[in-house]
Amino acid sequence: MPELNAIAAIAGRDLLKFFRDPGRLIAAVVFPFLMIFLLGGTLQLNLGRSAGFNFIGFTFTGFLGMTLFQSTAQGLSSLMEDRLNDFAQEVFVSPVSRYSIVFGKIVGETLVAIMQVIPFVLFALVLRVPLTPTHIALLVPVALLSCFMGGAFGLLLLNTMSDTRAANQIFNFVFLPQYFLAGLISPINVLPWYLAVLSFLSPMRYVIDLARGVVYAGTPEFGRVVLLSPATNVAVLGTMFVVFMVAGTALFVRRETSR
Amino acid sequence: MAPAIEVRELVKRYRKGTVNAVDGVSFDVEEGQFFALLGPNGAGKTTTISILTTTLGLTSGTVKIAGHDVVREASAVRREVGIIFQNPSLDMNLNGEENIRFHAVLYRLYPYRPMFRLMPAAYRRQVRELADVVGLGAEVFKPVRRLSGGMRRKLEIIRGLMHHPKVLFLDEPTSGLDTASRRNLWQYISELRKQRDITICLTTHQLAEAEDADRVCIIDHGHVVAMGAPSEVKSELVREKLHIDAADRSALRRRLQKLKVPFSEDGHFVIHLDGRSAYEVVHSIEQPLTMLRTESATLEDAYLRLLAREDA
Repeated sequence: MPELNAIAAIAGRDLLKFFRDPGRLIAAVVFPFLMIFLLGGTLQLNLGRSAGFNFIGFTFTGFLGMTLFQSTAQGLSSLMEDRLNDFAQEVFVSPVSRYSIVFGKIVGETLVAIMQVIPFVLFALVLRVPLTPTHIALLVPVALLSCFMGGAFGLLLLNTMSDTRAANQIFNFVFLPQYFLAGLISPINVLPWYLAVLSFLSPMRYVIDLARGVVYAGTPEFGRVVLLSPATNVAVLGTMFVVFMVAGTALFVRRETSR
Repeated sequence: MAPAIEVRELVKRYRKGTVNAVDGVSFDVEEGQFFALLGPNGAGKTTTISILTTTLGLTSGTVKIAGHDVVREASAVRREVGIIFQNPSLDMNLNGEENIRFHAVLYRLYPYRPMFRLMPAAYRRQVRELADVVGLGAEVFKPVRRLSGGMRRKLEIIRGLMHHPKVLFLDEPTSGLDTASRRNLWQYISELRKQRDITICLTTHQLAEAEDADRVCIIDHGHVVAMGAPSEVKSELVREKLHIDAADRSALRRRLQKLKVPFSEDGHFVIHLDGRSAYEVVHSIEQPLTMLRTESATLEDAYLRLLAREDA
């Protein structure tokens, strides 16, 4: 129970910081508008008919998965910011398990990511993306899994960084290729073999495909839009989460005390 | 009874280091003592404190805090210690109370609630009482970035004492504070020592702050170079002097020679007391004196002399 309270306090701090950051709040509203309304609308007008499915829905699910995954992963880098501005000392000298500290951070950044996608879902409803209450209910566990996956991935990356500048460079290097390899805004049903290999290694691919699997379930477009069954995506993401989390936490704990 | 702090042959070499940052340091601090760890920059003070508070692993040796081993019982050690870090470790995005609440929950004192008014009454009372004691009052609810340096330090002290630690580590607690804030802070710490049976381990560059310590330990290049009560360290390193003069200097010189008191002349007579009391010397001089002044050593004198000796 005390560990749960500590996890809640660490997570609550992240959420509080998000609500006190006007820049992030504005971005959370403006970004979905730009991505779904402008980009999705443009793609739908130009490519929707030839592709044979609704590009606004395709773009929505892509950005939904990407935001959940990437926001949580990047949020983990605030552990490094805490270390640089000395707040980490306060956390690491407390009698809380290192595993709870890391898990609390992932829970906090998960809550922040979910707050950020609420405007996404509202915009999607306004733009008549066919989302039923069942879809939205199913997207909740999908969002949690996507965020946890992003958190574990971010934790692993964190161990390769020494400062915020390095973090920005590494995040750009790691996330930008995944936008294309994961089929964020363009289908990846057909890829040359070397890109297909890289695509299979991209965690974001499974996050986005799972979101599409839920939203497009039972529709005629399912086979053209979704790459793997939701069950397969869940299994891959679950395995990746366990591997990244165990390796990432072990490296993080070792790095904190074995300087 | 086990000492509050027990350090034996502590060695720390950083992963990329070529020499030991701490090299065979040993000392004990009894419960309730005020212990000061002194040394120049890079001497190994903060490294030692970091190991003692479990935020840094050791290379070899043993360290026990309140009877708990820092390696095998790190969690138990963390419950027994409070620390005021060299660099402020407050979250600037939160207000003062939110920083305290975060700490109180991490130390398992209270369940987490997202708002102050939802926290248990005992917590709210404790925060208000501590805020009043250190003179923060309602300022404790202000965003930390709007508090002065002195206020932030006080806030860190409130936070560090919330869980009633047996050992309080103060790592350069007054760095960056103005004279008034520094004095105010030490008054509070002095009051605290009277009220609670708390062991204090201080590192500081302000040697005057260590004058009231029960014991001081001076380290340099990772080694202990002096240890004991401040008076012992001072007497060992710096001789007390008596400055005197008389209208009839020749008579005074003859008298001092007869008394076999070692002295030098520098426009007046400078007597090295070497354990004699100033009263005893003055009492045995029969000539009327025109000047009488004692020169006591400060801890800073002893410290500087010691470091100069080490460098030589």
